[in-house]
Amino acid sequence: MADHLMYVAQGKSATAATTPTNNNYGPKAIVRYLKRLKRAFRSKKFIFGTAILTFFILVAIIGPVFATNPNGFVGPDMAAPSLKFPLGTDFAGQNVLYQLIDATGPSLLVGFEAGALATLVSVVIGISSGLIGGIFDEASTLFTNIVLVIPSLPLVIIVAAYAGSSGLTPTILVIAFTSWAAYARVLRGQTLSIRNRDFILASRISGEKLWRIVFMEILPNELAIIASNFIFMVVFAILTQATLAFLGIGDVSSLTWGNMLYLANNDEALTSGAWWWFIPPGICIALVGTALAFINFGLDEILNPRLKIARRKDRHPK
Amino acid sequence: MRYFARKIGFYAVAAWAAITINFFLPRLIPGNPVEILMSRISQSGSPPPGEAKTLALLLGLSHGNIFSQYWHYLVQLAHFNFGISITDFPTPVSQIIASTLPWTIILVGTCTVISFMIGIVLGTIAGFKGGRWAEALIPSTTFLTSLPYFFLALLLLYFLSYEFHVFPLNGGYSDSVTIGFTWAFISSAVYHAILPSLTIILASIGGWLLGMRNMTLTTLSEDYVTAAEARGLPRRKIMINYAARNAVIPSITGFAISLGFVVSGSIAMEYVFSYPGIGYELLQAISNDDYALTQAIFLIITLSVLGANLIIDLLYGFIDPRTRQSR
Repeated sequence: MADHLMYVAQGKSATAATTPTNNNYGPKAIVRYLKRLKRAFRSKKFIFGTAILTFFILVAIIGPVFATNPNGFVGPDMAAPSLKFPLGTDFAGQNVLYQLIDATGPSLLVGFEAGALATLVSVVIGISSGLIGGIFDEASTLFTNIVLVIPSLPLVIIVAAYAGSSGLTPTILVIAFTSWAAYARVLRGQTLSIRNRDFILASRISGEKLWRIVFMEILPNELAIIASNFIFMVVFAILTQATLAFLGIGDVSSLTWGNMLYLANNDEALTSGAWWWFIPPGICIALVGTALAFINFGLDEILNPRLKIARRKDRHPK
Repeated sequence: MRYFARKIGFYAVAAWAAITINFFLPRLIPGNPVEILMSRISQSGSPPPGEAKTLALLLGLSHGNIFSQYWHYLVQLAHFNFGISITDFPTPVSQIIASTLPWTIILVGTCTVISFMIGIVLGTIAGFKGGRWAEALIPSTTFLTSLPYFFLALLLLYFLSYEFHVFPLNGGYSDSVTIGFTWAFISSAVYHAILPSLTIILASIGGWLLGMRNMTLTTLSEDYVTAAEARGLPRRKIMINYAARNAVIPSITGFAISLGFVVSGSIAMEYVFSYPGIGYELLQAISNDDYALTQAIFLIITLSVLGANLIIDLLYGFIDPRTRQSR
């Protein structure tokens, strides 16, 4: 609550002082971000999101030690939840809880890998197009906008189906290369706006090399946006992979939450009332998505204090 | 006028890009797609004369170098000759598209408009009024948005159709009615569309709502809102005429991206409900290795989305005069 009041008391000057694009020098900016990140732990939303995500990551790491042999035919078919099988069994008598635990790692990994790759593409295209300008900028903006308006899922479905795939890598690549565009546009705008600020001009005049300006001045100043984009892309990748798997496209053999839903839908989980088989994987996907969204909300509150000022002001109308 | 010319130019380039992607896609298929298709067709019945040539042209795999292949492919598209389908042998692909596309356009179009409007209204109120109610709205809509479309569809189907038998299990209309402009057909179609609509609206409303709430909060700290408050204008008027009108602009500009998401989501949704739309047809075409149909559907979905976005962008030029001036 204290920082609430501080922002209100200082009014708009506080906003200006905490906007990430202000008089930062490279390494110092990173330190400042880390400090700000520490402050993020004051946000309930951030803590909530981090707690859920940590839980899933722990399950992904430690879980497989306990949940051995998730594909073993260990019980009766379609058994309702019991003490022995807390989430029941599927059509072949496999332990649903064990499958759920062992699917956690691959499901998260797809999201983080595709998210990281898409972030990389968006950073490279966004920053270079904002920095270089001219014809290159025109061309890459056109390219970005085209990728943006062409709906990705039909394309992803067809590429995955035609190319036929083994393992999750093709899925990751296809998702990454269709989802970077929106964020490249954001980063281009941000780069354009800081390109001509004094601290960048100063380092240009003093003869800094271009790569140094990019890595020491521009990137640190866009770290917040990049982090938030990364989180959104992870969510998007997890959802897209789940959708592809559910539709039976791409690699159907690796155990992910989406594949569990695919099997459940194909093997009559709905008609036989086996809710314990198809509800948990979906809830897990939604929980991870919610957790990541909350981390973003928490970061946003710290990095974009305007959201708070406005709300505060409104609660006590003059 | 320059704004409109620019927009039309951009979408023309985007359409060309989509057509070109479509040209290259069949090259990903292992083996010879034309031979695969022809042998599949021969299993179902005798192919019409010249079908092998049509397919080769359409898939961009005719004789000659890549440029002549590309040219023949474009000529083929210009004649709307998409070959025949194996999935529904021997119906021409264009006929299948004509019979499935309206289902998706009407469903997705209506639901997107409904979801957009509800989201904008609720988002404005949440941003303007704040309070507990609005605070509770964020986690719940976030959770809804994080649910994959198909899972939401599965949940609705399971609880409302299998458990409580309120809504039909699948399809777009009851088997007992024939398609036509009759009360029996329309009421049956609407009844079958309720769960699919609910899926789209529930899954997409969160994005509009949160975006609108955040923009409303941001506009509330603008000077013109403070000025309006100082002038003692009624709060309702400030909310609608000052905050909402300015806050809604990013939502409209973001429409292009959102429509892509809704169309993508509705493919999975149609699969769950076996809804007779173009998304369901796409998945059937893929599982049957029906390349001609797959290619045509990809092109139609993409071009429809581009067309819808062009319309929105042109309307936007009318709504916000600044866009016409600055560019």
